[in-house]
Amino acid sequence: MADSSARPGPVPTGPALPVVGKSDTRPTWCPGCGDFGVVAGIEMALKRLGIPSHDVVIVSGIGCSSNLPHFLSSYGFHGVHGRALPVAEGIRWANHGLTVIGTGGDGDGFGIGVGHFVHAMRRNVDLTYVTMDNQIYGLTTGQASPTSQLGQKTKSTPDGVIEVPIDPIALALASGATYVARGFSGDVKHLTDLVAQGIQHKGFAFVDVLSPCVTYNKINTFDFFRQRVYKLESAGHDPADKVLAWQRALEWGEKIPIGLFYRVEQPTYEDLEEVLHAGPLARQPAGLRGLAALLDEFV
Amino acid sequence: MRELSVRAGGQAGDGIASIGEALARSFSRMGLHLFGLNAYQSVIRGGHVWFQARASPDRPYSQGDGADILYALDRATVEIHAHSLRPGAIVVHDPEKFAVEPSALPAGVRALGVPTLEIARKYTSQSILQNAGGLGATAFLSGIPLDVLHGVLSDSFGRKKGEVVDWNLGASADGYRFAQEHASPSDRALGRGGAPKLLMTGNQAIALGAVAGGCKFLAQYPMTPASTIMHWMAAHSTSLGVVVKQAEDELAAIHMAIGASFAGVRSMTATSGGGFSLMVEALGMAGMTETPVVVVEAQRAGPSTGLPTKTEQGDLNLMLGAGQGEFPRAILAPSHPKDAYTAAIEAFRLAEAWQTPILLASDFHLSESLATVDREEIRPPPEVPSLFTVEPNGGAYLRYAYTENGVSPRAIPGQPGLQYVAGSDEHDERGHLISDTKSGIPKWISERQQMMDKRMRKLTGLARDVPAPELEGPADAPLTFVAWGSTVCAVRDAMAELAARGTPTNLLWFPAVYPVDPARVAPRLTGARRTLLVEANYSGQFGRLLRTETGFVPTARLTKYDGEPFFPHEIVAKALEVGVDGR
Repeated sequence: MADSSARPGPVPTGPALPVVGKSDTRPTWCPGCGDFGVVAGIEMALKRLGIPSHDVVIVSGIGCSSNLPHFLSSYGFHGVHGRALPVAEGIRWANHGLTVIGTGGDGDGFGIGVGHFVHAMRRNVDLTYVTMDNQIYGLTTGQASPTSQLGQKTKSTPDGVIEVPIDPIALALASGATYVARGFSGDVKHLTDLVAQGIQHKGFAFVDVLSPCVTYNKINTFDFFRQRVYKLESAGHDPADKVLAWQRALEWGEKIPIGLFYRVEQPTYEDLEEVLHAGPLARQPAGLRGLAALLDEFV
Repeated sequence: MRELSVRAGGQAGDGIASIGEALARSFSRMGLHLFGLNAYQSVIRGGHVWFQARASPDRPYSQGDGADILYALDRATVEIHAHSLRPGAIVVHDPEKFAVEPSALPAGVRALGVPTLEIARKYTSQSILQNAGGLGATAFLSGIPLDVLHGVLSDSFGRKKGEVVDWNLGASADGYRFAQEHASPSDRALGRGGAPKLLMTGNQAIALGAVAGGCKFLAQYPMTPASTIMHWMAAHSTSLGVVVKQAEDELAAIHMAIGASFAGVRSMTATSGGGFSLMVEALGMAGMTETPVVVVEAQRAGPSTGLPTKTEQGDLNLMLGAGQGEFPRAILAPSHPKDAYTAAIEAFRLAEAWQTPILLASDFHLSESLATVDREEIRPPPEVPSLFTVEPNGGAYLRYAYTENGVSPRAIPGQPGLQYVAGSDEHDERGHLISDTKSGIPKWISERQQMMDKRMRKLTGLARDVPAPELEGPADAPLTFVAWGSTVCAVRDAMAELAARGTPTNLLWFPAVYPVDPARVAPRLTGARRTLLVEANYSGQFGRLLRTETGFVPTARLTKYDGEPFFPHEIVAKALEVGVDGR
């Protein structure tokens, strides 16, 4: 039986099992795409934490960035557009010994999948959600996204966007996320820290990454962000203070904060789901228990 | 068939469901078989709701065609149900609430005024006890021993003790004795049968069978008539070790179930047509990623919101066609709680065996009706096999390896050395995408075709692995009914009635409606002299499927789409019209 070897968590004896690295599939992103920085950040964070690749599942939806699971050596689930989070939640509840990372873009997470985003956060499911936010639809060749700025001209908005963009950080704070951060794919070292801390965080960790699309978004470029981003850690921000986190979340203009906005320890969904106290669901016995007494209920 | 049908009616909020369940459970504890129809509307208060408990020493498969006792909580109940009262029937009512004029009743039907409000006032000034006296009187007329009724009532309060329980027992006994003094039981009243029987709804049977089949995760969004699956599972979550998640919508529900299944837990979701419409894209994803999942589709009368508390078999086309492109699936369609239980077990077996979505088609009538099941009919499978079966062999692991039957070895996350990515894009044997830089390149054009062939081979295997159509009744009968789902039950009762008239018929029913294996169906239909297709939808969807798959065209067709279940007399009438003689 492969049963015992499949038990999640550290394996006590024998040689160390391989940690997550690159897979034999090369990314298909455009040269210079911000997402290269994000996959590097996730890979380095997992390496730093030394989590064996077989205990990691990376889940994504559809879009350029959602191809990410194919480029790492962990398990992956590359589902349909907008549904990464419910798949990731199901995986966590089936086996909470696994490290589960959701990945995707702004269209995937804040457009078609925004309902799941809000609910996953209020549940405080213990997973990490990394969005590659390029403020544009790339794979469908350049339509406005939920985070495209007012006035931005795209194929679907030739006269400019007339809807107020979603603020993912503020939405996360409002939805009860217990770890809320923003990274920049132009600063992989900083991003790696945010992702690693997010994975270690007990509860839902959200890392929105400013990850420029070099092909379809000529406004929110690497240069655009390099001129504007500053690190919350260097600005003396206290991530334990939700009021301050709200204030920082509202900053978007000449100065754009990156780093950890907010962090709080709260019981996770898995902590509160009594059935999971007996261990990962996938390892628990299946079938009817106590049939006679159960049938008595129908008499 | 010796039978007694007891009906209770009133407004939503009056407690009709409680009265109905108390009567139904009394009969099942007497060892009688029962079918209980719960007819209600999409309203929490007001309107008209009714319950019919049809008891018999033999198994009644449907609500039948009339009533022998009617407990009317309001005047409207008398008006609505008078026409279905059989000769000798008795109407129970409280004259303090409303009078029943003999002229309002069919010939041979009498009324019994029971002072239910007066009885209630003996115990309390609250309005909580109004039905107890009427229930007691109805039980007496139905031949239910008082101790049986009292056992049911006591148990319905659970561990609760105290004056409310005592009041209920006292008031129901008062009503019982009142009836005893002023009337005698119905001529059709039945004595005790054998051992007490189990009483369950189709949804409870599905939930029970799902757990027996290994289900450990249910994600669901509330929708009538599927919600009670979630209710039963949630009530038993900790004792049975099943994680139950009420999701934010049906999209989330099915994706959670697919995620949990991918990670090694047998998983299910349940919904009705509207919710299933939202699940359609995910169904294809389960097919493409070859992730097992069981989806219960409890149909109600559509389209759109339709009639949320009424029944129909109108979603077969939807279930057959749900999802873009083509992928293997099976649709099981139990007829009665006893086979809803086994269908759920079977659904989980098939989902794992063929790594593809399996649909369990129910409908309002099956999901919400109460029926008796014998203890011996609830047999769990001896063991639920482990899902961690694949071992690394040192070579590259091919999650989607081309195999003869189309089923490839499935690793579970957490197993070392077997990492793969399950992709909703088209992929090769390792799971690598061929949708981006490879699609359209000659080598990969053929890979795509091979991968489609591999997946679709599972459909061929499924067609032989799903439960075969079953023939009930004498093989050489002059008329063969063809039916599926809960409609089968009304056909069975119609057959019993026709047989009692000396005209035997038989029935070919389909515990699995898809895939159809023509080799298993055609021989059973070509011998039939006349065939009558019976299904509860407008266009005869199953008939069309059978014709497509086998070329079979029935002699006649009986469809129904008024939201009500089939009544046996409707089927008998159509059968007589089609012809049940040997010519």
